[in-house]
Amino acid sequence: MSFEPILLKPIPDDDQIDVYEKHGGYSALAKALKEYSPEQITQIVIDSGLRGRGGAGFPTGRKWTFIPKDNTKPVYLCVNADESEPGTFKDRQLMREHPHLLIEGTIIAAYAINCHQAFIYIRGEFAAEARLLEKAIAEASTKGYLGKNILGSGFDLNITLYRGGGAYICGEETALMTSLEGGPGYPRVKPPFPAVAGLYGCPTIINNVETLCNLPPIVANGADWFKSYGTPKSPGTKIFCVSGHVNKPGNYELPMGVSMRELLFDYAGGIKNDKSLKAVIPGGSSVPMLTGDKIDVNMDFESLAEAGSMLGSAGVIVMDETTCIVKAAYVISRFYQHESCGQCTPCRQGTLWMYRILHRIEHGKGRTEELDLLLDICDNIEGNTICPLGDAAVPSVRTSIRLFRDEYEYHIKHKKCMVELGPRFE
Amino acid sequence: MNKADKSILTKSTIERLEKLLVVFPEKKSIVLPALHLVYEQFGYLNKAAIAEIAARTGVPDIYFEEGANFYTMFPIAPVGKYLIQVCHNISCTLMGADELVRYLKEKLKIEVGETTADGLFTLVTVECLGSCGTAPVMQINDTYYENLTREKVDRILEKLRRQE
Ligand SMILES: Cc1cc2nc3c(=O)[nH]c(=O)nc-3n(C[C@H](O)[C@H](O)[C@H](O)COP(=O)(O)O)c2cc1C
Ligand code: SF4
Ligand code: FES
Repeated sequence: MSFEPILLKPIPDDDQIDVYEKHGGYSALAKALKEYSPEQITQIVIDSGLRGRGGAGFPTGRKWTFIPKDNTKPVYLCVNADESEPGTFKDRQLMREHPHLLIEGTIIAAYAINCHQAFIYIRGEFAAEARLLEKAIAEASTKGYLGKNILGSGFDLNITLYRGGGAYICGEETALMTSLEGGPGYPRVKPPFPAVAGLYGCPTIINNVETLCNLPPIVANGADWFKSYGTPKSPGTKIFCVSGHVNKPGNYELPMGVSMRELLFDYAGGIKNDKSLKAVIPGGSSVPMLTGDKIDVNMDFESLAEAGSMLGSAGVIVMDETTCIVKAAYVISRFYQHESCGQCTPCRQGTLWMYRILHRIEHGKGRTEELDLLLDICDNIEGNTICPLGDAAVPSVRTSIRLFRDEYEYHIKHKKCMVELGPRFE
Repeated sequence: MNKADKSILTKSTIERLEKLLVVFPEKKSIVLPALHLVYEQFGYLNKAAIAEIAARTGVPDIYFEEGANFYTMFPIAPVGKYLIQVCHNISCTLMGADELVRYLKEKLKIEVGETTADGLFTLVTVECLGSCGTAPVMQINDTYYENLTREKVDRILEKLRRQE
């Protein structure tokens, strides 16, 4: 069980450009500009099978090809560094420890899609990471990796950092663009897709931080090398963010398809205080829960879907036997209710009703009939909204009721948790 | 009288604002960065400062108002010198966010949403801060404090009181 991480290489001071260069940094960019045309880079990325790491897993190279061939407008690249899916904290570590990897990946993507202005949309709370990126951008400009005529190739690129304002919804790609344009971050109806009409009405590609960080190693080592990691349909490595009741929470970069058991027990040190495992949410708070006996599943897009959940953003939230599932669902519903932008009635009202019912149950005022009402609300939100936030509010609550109905019923009847809550904050 | 004479914005804020104006393809994009500038200078969204920015840049007031209503990161009225934001989302809850909030309430003798009488601390709860692997987490002004324990909280508050 020792895997050498590729993106999260343990190199001290890798945020300094000299250190980054000493370990081969920016050589992939030089290679891309010198040896390949933009179309060839796109082809390499298609061949690598790289899929977006922001949650949906859409093939990255294919997304780039959706920019209309006859386009005459400027093309924009938005780096999604909003990282706000509860349970997810990988992009923060990438930006803190390896900001130049992100910058290099961004330049390579921009070159491939013929973009001369990229924006990094970073969540507002990441002030320290924003400062690090500003510094990295300045360093890269001084070295001629950004600006006009990059490394003598004739390619120009400017990267602008844009700080969010504390709204989860701005991580959704169309809301991100509305926010960047200066409006409140309301999602837009698709189509038109961003690759056709995005930021300022121009073709726009939105990619996640981790997605872009994969580009330098792919260009340096080739598509086949990348495919030698992971599974045929989910190639490469993935950063799994493990939080909750494990002995060693943190980010673990491992090949896609690693088993959840291995991830939790061999890497994350097993369940805290030798408790038993009750449930896991494997892909951030927006995906279905699995019961603790289901951890022999492999961590890739296909296997988790087959197991009834999703890889999502790979935020693996671990709950031991002392977790009150009602409380967990209540906390998650509070989040979606708070973050709904309010444009669509099913999402605005539905998330509010879910929250209110769960609040009542959690505070000893629930009624048994309300469990079916909750499931009914879930059905009515799903598929009826502009953006996927409405859908995202449903799975954890729905599965919590389906898998742990007895615990809800106990909570309603006895007005307290079925489990003895463990000590946490000491 | 010259505009700069009665400005309530610092020179640095004005300089940064002017730089912003040439960065974006459309001027309206400065709304959120400008709110950040006001927040940095005042610690909240000072109305007069926003009005001045609107006047200086020609971006209508209403856009800043919309932004101020939508983006929850910026207090719209003055808060304590130190704004304590405790994450109470799922991973932090699993690791004791409720107890952390209770402990802070006891220590500061305030409720969530209140400011201490000396104006030093305001306590609020927030959603996931993107630092779930080091839960429980709180943010005080710009800084994250992670893997919190009672002892750590004691030390942090003491240090901030001393710096006061
Ligand atoms: C409510 C919501 C929040 C999202 N938040 C993020 C986020 O914080 N970071 C991210 O990269 N993608 C987020 N996404 C996904 C983006 O919409 C988009 O699919 C992604 O950035 C595309 O990049 P990728 O193809 O490289 O994964 C979110 C989606 C939704 C519906
Ligand atoms: S689904 Fe929810 S967050 Fe998305 S646009 Fe509709 S109301 Fe807004
Ligand atoms: S849940 Fe608290 S930082 Fe993510």
